[in-house]
Amino acid sequence: MSTDSAFKLNDIKLRPHRIFGGIKPPAFKSSSMRSRIMPSPIPERLILSLRQHQGSAALPLVNVGDMVLKYQLIAAADQESALNLHAPTSGKIVAIESALIPSQLQQSEMCIHLQPDNKDNAIALNEISDYRAKTNADLVALVKQAGICGLGGAGYPTANKLKASIDIEAELLIINAAECEPYITADEALLREFAKEVVSGAEILQKICLASRCIIAIEKNKKEAVSALAAALNNSSISLVQLPAKYPAGGEKQIVQGVTGLEVPSGGYPPDIGVLVQNVGTAYAVHQAIVEGKPCISRITTLTGAPLQTPKNFSVLIGTPVSFLFEVCGIEEEQLTGAIVGGSIMGVELADLQAPVVKTTNCLIAKSTQEFPEAGKEQACIRCGFCADVCPAKLLPQQLYAYARSCNRDELESHGLFDCIECGACAYVCPSNIPLVQYYRASKQSFAKQLKQEEKSLYWQSRFQTHQYRLKKNQEDKLSQRKTKKNQAEV
Amino acid sequence: MLLLIDQVFIQLGIAFVGALLFWRLLLNIYVLLVTQTARQKSFIDKINRCLPQTQCGQCGYEGCRPYAKAIANGDAINRCPPGGNETILKLAQLANEPLARLDPAHGNIAPLLVAVIREDECIGCTKCIVACPVDAIIGGPKLMHTVIESECTGCDLCVDPCPVDCIDMINSTDKSIPTWTLPTTSGALATQLEAGS
Repeated sequence: MSTDSAFKLNDIKLRPHRIFGGIKPPAFKSSSMRSRIMPSPIPERLILSLRQHQGSAALPLVNVGDMVLKYQLIAAADQESALNLHAPTSGKIVAIESALIPSQLQQSEMCIHLQPDNKDNAIALNEISDYRAKTNADLVALVKQAGICGLGGAGYPTANKLKASIDIEAELLIINAAECEPYITADEALLREFAKEVVSGAEILQKICLASRCIIAIEKNKKEAVSALAAALNNSSISLVQLPAKYPAGGEKQIVQGVTGLEVPSGGYPPDIGVLVQNVGTAYAVHQAIVEGKPCISRITTLTGAPLQTPKNFSVLIGTPVSFLFEVCGIEEEQLTGAIVGGSIMGVELADLQAPVVKTTNCLIAKSTQEFPEAGKEQACIRCGFCADVCPAKLLPQQLYAYARSCNRDELESHGLFDCIECGACAYVCPSNIPLVQYYRASKQSFAKQLKQEEKSLYWQSRFQTHQYRLKKNQEDKLSQRKTKKNQAEV
Repeated sequence: MLLLIDQVFIQLGIAFVGALLFWRLLLNIYVLLVTQTARQKSFIDKINRCLPQTQCGQCGYEGCRPYAKAIANGDAINRCPPGGNETILKLAQLANEPLARLDPAHGNIAPLLVAVIREDECIGCTKCIVACPVDAIIGGPKLMHTVIESECTGCDLCVDPCPVDCIDMINSTDKSIPTWTLPTTSGALATQLEAGS
């Protein structure tokens, strides 16, 4: 990359930098860190959504009644933004129908329902003894083949991200292990037990994206993970940066600032300044896909919350219903008031406990009234400005709130609504209990709808013009044909 | 003699200047006409951009651009049901006309739908294909037809011509945009707002 920022980037010393705003909520991580990662048992039915992330749906390759084997490809990505889907265990496809999935969208998706036969018969895996002999394009293809997406939460297809970073010649690869949400411990547990594999995955990612430097960024207070990482990083070119614990230090743009001190430009992404950010979970999945040949069929998910007797981290098969996992942890039904997918700050309420785990489900919290009392009543904004102090994107949340209420599109845009990362720090500190993030999400969505409608209108206009042109041409052709026929008859 | 030559020169000069002025006048008129038609055309384009481009013809014209042309010539701005109040607002600002409610004679405001053909009932008459203003229906004579969802404007024009009534208008299945709603104001703030209003 030849822009000024890249020149700066190579000279910059990678050390903890201050990030804007942020909050320090109390952490509730110890309970789920007490035990080791446990492979979750196989449930009676796996529900595999064709859309595992916010992209397009994959195309199913199996029919109802088919027998499938573990690791077998059951739905293929036919579009750029789709993800391959593999069978997490062997069994029979019993249905392909819509079911609710736990995502921010809270909607039903077409899902493949797999009834496991409990034999766990797998297809042969293509292990690669030396990935360094492979070309980068091959490795990207392998990552795509394995159906890996960003396992930190957003779920952007990793292969697409890697391709983009090769194109812009990224200079720095950051492996994000910050995990700043108060309840989530999936990455911490992963590092504690599989630090070597994560480092191997990071090395593969660094080879693919051709970055000259690679660092793993982690919050200081995760002592066990830090020591495990330090041991694994012996004799490695990858270095470790320990950030102070602060929410949302783990945001993609925030971690870039926390490590390099550079700010990702408004409306841009880290690749714009030559940085590629990948989650530790993703690095682990890449290691499994390339070195062991295993596609992404499971992930580490934190199960926590007061109603669970044994909160812990599970290596859970994609498609396992939430209610099954709760039962494995010993749920106290009378305490349970609901469930949250994702962290306690950014997560969303789960409408139905039968919903399955998808590739982006990093945490499931069983709610109880002591831990999550009902939110206080929304009061008028007193313009105290606390929200502006904590906003990591340096926005003015109270202004955005006022304009969101009045649906003022121009002002919202000029106040940088689209730079809001929806971290929820503003709503956390709001003394008036205003659900600010909900307002921003609703405004963003109504804009997206308007934009889409405008795009469609333009397209329809051109379609109408071509239609009219076609009719006119047909008419002219008919007339000229008639004329020639008449002339021939006269001759 | 000299005087005569002088006079001829003067007359020639006057004629020359006259001819020049005449040309100039013609050119002015021409330029005026051209710019006015161009201005009119860009005005029509601007109006056209406010219309939803469903090409449904509920306004009484053949499509959105013909209606835009009619508005530029002084037709009413409240005849577009798919555009709804937003379109009327935009048109009123653009054409500098007073706001008006949607003319119910031209239809009611309703969300946009898409057409779907019940394929096993289709007899392949091609009538819907002819009716579609954006060529969103494919199929051949006596063969099944189908609607390409991404192209369909939801104009409803294919429904009437169908002799076997096998076309349904349904909600779009496009889920690429998540649905978040503004929080409903409850509790203390709601009472304050009510008291305020």
